[in-house]
Amino acid sequence: MIALERVDLTFSHDGRTNAVLSDISFSIADGESCAIIGPSGCGKTSLLFLLAGILKPTRGAVQVSDRQHCGTMLQHFGLFPWKTVAANIGLGLQLKGVSRLQIGTRVVELMDEMGLNGFENYFPGQLSGGMQQRVAMARVLAVNPKILLMDEPLSALDALTRERLQNLILEIWSSKHLTTVLVTHSIEEAVFLGRTIIVLSNRPGRIVTIAENPGAGRPDYRQSTQFFQRCSQLRAILREECHGY
Amino acid sequence: MAIKKRDIVIAALVLFGCWEACALALHSMALPEPWRVLIQLWTYLRDGSLLNDMGMSFIRALLGISLALIAAVPLGLAIGTEAMLDRRLSPYIYLLYPIPHVVLLPLIIILFGIGELSKIVLIALIVFFQVLVTTRDAAKSIHRNYFLSMQTLGASKAQMYRHVVLPAALPKILTAMRISIGTAVAILFFVESFATTKGLGYIIMDSWGQADYERLYVGIVAMAALGFGLYMVLDRIERRVCRWLKTV
Repeated sequence: MIALERVDLTFSHDGRTNAVLSDISFSIADGESCAIIGPSGCGKTSLLFLLAGILKPTRGAVQVSDRQHCGTMLQHFGLFPWKTVAANIGLGLQLKGVSRLQIGTRVVELMDEMGLNGFENYFPGQLSGGMQQRVAMARVLAVNPKILLMDEPLSALDALTRERLQNLILEIWSSKHLTTVLVTHSIEEAVFLGRTIIVLSNRPGRIVTIAENPGAGRPDYRQSTQFFQRCSQLRAILREECHGY
Repeated sequence: MAIKKRDIVIAALVLFGCWEACALALHSMALPEPWRVLIQLWTYLRDGSLLNDMGMSFIRALLGISLALIAAVPLGLAIGTEAMLDRRLSPYIYLLYPIPHVVLLPLIIILFGIGELSKIVLIALIVFFQVLVTTRDAAKSIHRNYFLSMQTLGASKAQMYRHVVLPAALPKILTAMRISIGTAVAILFFVESFATTKGLGYIIMDSWGQADYERLYVGIVAMAALGFGLYMVLDRIERRVCRWLKTV
């Protein structure tokens, strides 16, 4: 369960205060998926960092049950170029002090699941964007998270790879029953993956609307009329409420 | 990228060719022809004296560089990573770095004696600042995302240093070491000019005093060979520990 209650976030730098998020309240039930969308600089990533525990709210409360079982995937994958694919995937486990043998077994399992077999000794720089994203996903899944937080995980990919990986995220979400929060600036991605869609305003980010989107989570949803209608509705809200869309 | 043997041979031949041309043009005792120097060098190699001097210089340079690295790398990484340390310590670096540390020799001799230690400490002191500044800058330029990524994985501070700060800064630390080798070998000339009768610096200074220019150039060639050997070792280390660099 994730719950935010009247959360404000303000950064102070050189005596100046900068409001990033204002009066944010919402909750996400276990096993649900939520997409957060809004214009650039509205505080989407900061909101995700609040959930991950990297940032603390200036006011209000952030409750995340099972935060220790939280997997976070950052923009541009957050892979370490000096570590091989296998070392990147196993890093979370290594940091937790898991034995080498157990790490090895888990890494092999995940590489198999993500279609990365044969690439264990490659470095991230030798892989395509899509494959790097799979490595990042494998690294997050290695620690068996109950909550999956993703910050624009597919923004750097071409359209086709993006669709393929959206299906992969969907597959992981439905098979592992993970509570998933996805930050995105893509309307289609938000509608395809988020059963709840939270729209943020321009900075300081406030919640403009929380839209239920029960159709999300089906692989064929993308081809449905409902999907297009949802996208149009969301686009209209963003155009009206948020400059920059 | 590794330098090919063929390119090294070509560079050496070109340099010897230029040297020969200059020697013929100048026709001066102060610049003997390279083949004369090479004959002398062969003689000193055969009687083992040159290897002794090279060995002594090698040990002094290596110990000086090692001492500097042990002190400068951890300190540079910490200053570059911790904003508070950077604020507090960087002014000292800026004030102390520009001082020609060679002038501290009398003080170093008083503190560490006239023997080997003072020579090694002087090399270490000069190399220390070069490595410190480069390492600090390397750590400062590490992208914030890597730290965030480690934070999301629940890394401790020590794990942050081990898995991010050190490997990310390593290529630049190796570059600093490459510069340091040149500096250390050059300082040898100075530190081996007092209180010793061993080392390439001593050969050069002693030959200079005796106007034995062929022997002087034997010392110079041996010094170049010593620096070259150290560069090759460093290249090999870099190829081993920074394999990923070729992929980015």
